[in-house]
Amino acid sequence: MTHDEILTKLRERFGTDSFTTSEFRDNRRVIVPAERVYAFLEFLKAECGFDQLSELTAVDYLYYPDAKDRYGVIYCLLNTTTGVRLIVKTYVNDPDPALPSVFPLWKGADWLEREVYDMYGIVFQGHPDLRRILLPEEFTSFPLRKDYPLRGRGERHNFPVLTRAES
Amino acid sequence: MPLELAEIGVPPEGDEKEYLWTLNFGPQHPATHTTLRLILTLDGETVVKAVPDIGFLHSGFEKLGEHLDYNQYVTIVDRMNYISPIHNEIAWHHAVEKLLGIEITPRCKYLRTICAELSRIQDHLLNVGAAAIDLGAFTAFLYAFNPREKIYDIFERCSGQRFHPSFTRVGGLINDVDDIWINMVRDFVKTFPKAHADITRLLSRNRIFIDRTKGIGVLSKEDAINLSCTGPIARASGVVRDLRKDEPYLAYPDFDFQVVCATAGDCYARYLVRMEEMLQSLRIIEQAIENLPPGPVNVDVESKVVLPDQTAVYRSIEGLIQHFELIMSNRKWATPRDEIYAAVESPNGELGYYIVADGSGVPYRARTRPPSFIHFAIFPYLIVGHMLSDVVAVLGSLNIIAAELDR
Repeated sequence: MTHDEILTKLRERFGTDSFTTSEFRDNRRVIVPAERVYAFLEFLKAECGFDQLSELTAVDYLYYPDAKDRYGVIYCLLNTTTGVRLIVKTYVNDPDPALPSVFPLWKGADWLEREVYDMYGIVFQGHPDLRRILLPEEFTSFPLRKDYPLRGRGERHNFPVLTRAES
Repeated sequence: MPLELAEIGVPPEGDEKEYLWTLNFGPQHPATHTTLRLILTLDGETVVKAVPDIGFLHSGFEKLGEHLDYNQYVTIVDRMNYISPIHNEIAWHHAVEKLLGIEITPRCKYLRTICAELSRIQDHLLNVGAAAIDLGAFTAFLYAFNPREKIYDIFERCSGQRFHPSFTRVGGLINDVDDIWINMVRDFVKTFPKAHADITRLLSRNRIFIDRTKGIGVLSKEDAINLSCTGPIARASGVVRDLRKDEPYLAYPDFDFQVVCATAGDCYARYLVRMEEMLQSLRIIEQAIENLPPGPVNVDVESKVVLPDQTAVYRSIEGLIQHFELIMSNRKWATPRDEIYAAVESPNGELGYYIVADGSGVPYRARTRPPSFIHFAIFPYLIVGHMLSDVVAVLGSLNIIAAELDR
């Protein structure tokens, strides 16, 4: 199934103006609204054979030129039989960036969603175990957001140190 | 690390399941090789539940990537998978060159292919050796480290650095290789099959090794796909997919090699796939080094993406201007305002970079798709129902590199 056939199927199912597409080099993208992203991904998995979620990440567009939305969430899908790739992209905004979890579709999304939550604070509703993964539990900010400084906000200096006498 | 046991599903004391007990494995343990922690719930010696706790080596590489330019960041990606560092560089500049639309020269393609395959051998050797040492077979580890040392010498010859070569640049390489380097690679191609045969003889039919690895940590084909597995781990479960064949990049279409697969999906199958992949890599190196095309390693200086050579900088105004344009922090590359995902087949699996460019010479976002991170996520699925002593066998077969896991 080629990209054009997939887009035709998506237009038949969701309507012609329900999503936009873009293209760069060999990357083909489908940009969908956040409230319908789960339905799109479910359809792509069931009907178009995208059986692997090869990548899930987010971008903070705070200082990006001409950006309208704050966060972009990117799902890179792969059909392991035909090798076709498709990038599904959606946007979420402050104050409560949230998306439905795709864990029921691809179990590989488990840690990827946890990492996005850890770094950007985007909540994946329905995720079975949404905890911080790389940073300590008591960390309060989301470091890959663009308004977080490169050198941090003093977390390193104020980190609780356990001395030998206390342990 | 104040991680409450109740939070991760471990029953509190006095609960009716009080015959279960909890074992903390790591973060500092010789068999984890790197810094990662597992909280194992045991029923006798059987693992009922495993909860990985990672992040001990988190160093903010992706945040750093948003502040370093496309050439500078190569020194950071080096440090992700330090077992095969040059593959990270090749993957990074593969993505950057795809973003900028640069077609690198044939000689550069061949040299990068040789380096990539050498690092694949390097990675698999360490993995096989370390998997064996965890199961008590010390000798194979030493046999594997001998050829690894030769590969380090080869990288030192071409880049000047053994461990973190930083060999690639946007549009080419830091420098061309010389005849001594080519002879070193030829020599390696000649001597490596003997070392490989030694390891094979030590392990492949070793009764203890087979008993410890066969049928352990079985991953079915459906699970491998659903859990986003790639590389040797997916291929050992029967997923016939190799980016070198399916999405050819560099000079791979020119060479004759096979994609190695197995169907069992256990630790032993993963070991066999890695062993055979080393021989296939050697075939690629052999073909590449004998057909190395002449010509420049960098793309044309006129394309304004590569640094001109030293003579041009010192003796011509054009060279000086271009050097200035690429080095000054407010100039650098003119990138398209777009995003790209590009992946290569690293020894561990699909190593991809998602780059968002905003027109400046510094990436707006430089995301790594780390195969170790994705493969460690499958560990809790693999280990359930196995014995405590199988934890190290499964960990060894997954090849988890914590620097890449945590970045």
